[in-house]
Amino acid sequence: MERSYLELREKVEKKDKGLREKVKSLSEAVALIPDNVHVAIGGCHYSRTPMALIWEIIRQRKKGLTFSKSITATEGDLLLVAGTTRHIITSWFSPGVTWGVSRIMRHYVQSGEAQYEEWSHMSLGLRYKAGAMGVPFLPARSMLGSDVFKRLSNVKEMSCPFTGDKLALVPALNPDVAIIHVQKADPYGNAQISGFPFMDKDIALAADRVILTTEQIIDNSEIRRTPDRTDIPFFCVDAVVEAPCGCLPHECYGVYEPDFNHMDMYVKLMMEKSVDGVKEYLDKYFYGPETFEDYLDLFHVKDIVKATLSAKKGYGG
Amino acid sequence: MAVKVSYNTAELVCISSARLLEDGKVVFAGAGLPLLSAILAQKTHAKTLTILFEGGVIGPFVEPGKLPPSTNEQRCATRANMVLPTTDVLLLQQRGYVDYGFLGGAQVDQYGNINSSYIGDWDRPTVRLPGTGGGNDIASLSKVIVAMHHEKRRLVKKVDFITSPGYLSGGNSRKEAGLIAGGVLKVVTHLAILGFDEEKGVMCLEGLQPGATVEKVKENTGFDLMVKDNLYEASAPTEEELRVLHILDPERRYTTARGE
Repeated sequence: MERSYLELREKVEKKDKGLREKVKSLSEAVALIPDNVHVAIGGCHYSRTPMALIWEIIRQRKKGLTFSKSITATEGDLLLVAGTTRHIITSWFSPGVTWGVSRIMRHYVQSGEAQYEEWSHMSLGLRYKAGAMGVPFLPARSMLGSDVFKRLSNVKEMSCPFTGDKLALVPALNPDVAIIHVQKADPYGNAQISGFPFMDKDIALAADRVILTTEQIIDNSEIRRTPDRTDIPFFCVDAVVEAPCGCLPHECYGVYEPDFNHMDMYVKLMMEKSVDGVKEYLDKYFYGPETFEDYLDLFHVKDIVKATLSAKKGYGG
Repeated sequence: MAVKVSYNTAELVCISSARLLEDGKVVFAGAGLPLLSAILAQKTHAKTLTILFEGGVIGPFVEPGKLPPSTNEQRCATRANMVLPTTDVLLLQQRGYVDYGFLGGAQVDQYGNINSSYIGDWDRPTVRLPGTGGGNDIASLSKVIVAMHHEKRRLVKKVDFITSPGYLSGGNSRKEAGLIAGGVLKVVTHLAILGFDEEKGVMCLEGLQPGATVEKVKENTGFDLMVKDNLYEASAPTEEELRVLHILDPERRYTTARGE
């Protein structure tokens, strides 16, 4: 998947980098993603997952996508069962320690139907960072000597030309498209993230195209009053979609905690009935509703109120 | 006469490993039992222990009863000193700011290598486990404490897959592979506290948990375990430790009894 530096630059050079409005509907934004490309997913595990975009990607029946994500939760199950992907690059894949190991991940990976390309969390982060920096690799003192290293075909070892220390070299990861959910963005794509930044700034800078969903579209004047809080600059961004509750049932820092009742329900269905259970889930929550608002309508108001009230406390707890 | 306190094996492992975390140090804790154990240490004997989570948190005070199922979600960041990108928090270990890495282990071998990726053949595994997450980085870059249940199928001669490196094949092999810092410090189980022979890089029995015997430990270990000369018996969990533990994890999400 290594791509030439000049090709990567050319993609960026060709972008319309003007301060222009990029607000689109969910379906228009997802239509920018062709089949058979590499899509990086922002957030981490079940936090700030761009679920609205994943919902639409699955509904548009995209095929042959490769996904990368720092840690993969239930959205990985959904993308596998929907047939959207057979290749996921990540460091950990399951709903969460108290919920057990994903039966879906096991089903597809153990049978050899899908590839789970395992990188250490830090090395995956360094790969996006190299991509964002415009260098072909970064060195690390991690992964050396392990079977994670041995199993990967695109990682190398070298002696440092200065000290002689042995180092692992991890190659840049430049996704074709990054999909990221944020709390606030203006119509031009200036995005402000609250809570854990995860790897999202690097992912946005590494990708050829960036599609944002945001809890709220704010005015550019608000961005200009707090430019120190902007994490993703507008010229990276190709589409901005306003998607309140766009991570549900996952969480969005400061706005809502996970809908744990929904997560428990999903995990029970997935663990008991495996692929058939997730197909049922997809039928009810993904293929059934006409709009994303109709999807949200299937959640229980009291659960969302609870998740919202807990999240309002923020760092104060 | 001392009152006999009751506890299960998971509570014992949690409390016993929390005791290893000293005040004034920095610990990088994985999800599950390590997270609970690190918070327990902070609430008991190590008030200024700083906890790091891979989500990007420095020094939070996680709320009792709200222990998150992931170290990458917002409830891990309660009253934190700093929140930073994932890659940057993991890099703090490479810089040397982390005193202990703290991990759980699905399968650990005599050299302290941890497997959390594959049971069986890599290409057609019997079980594909969730994977490394930050585990490989923690084990590559920090001194590691592993907390786990003591079973023959979990403490094995050789792991099916080295997800997180211990002393690799023993001797000098870890350093030769380029891992010149860090290494496994202790493996804490419900039967024993295990350390490592410095030269051989091989696991050895250092301490027995209350009620355990050398025979019982050996019976439940999948390789021939060396026993240190000055073998000690660890003290049982105190009422205070159990009281705090139950406040932190009232639903026993992390400390369900197993294998009893």
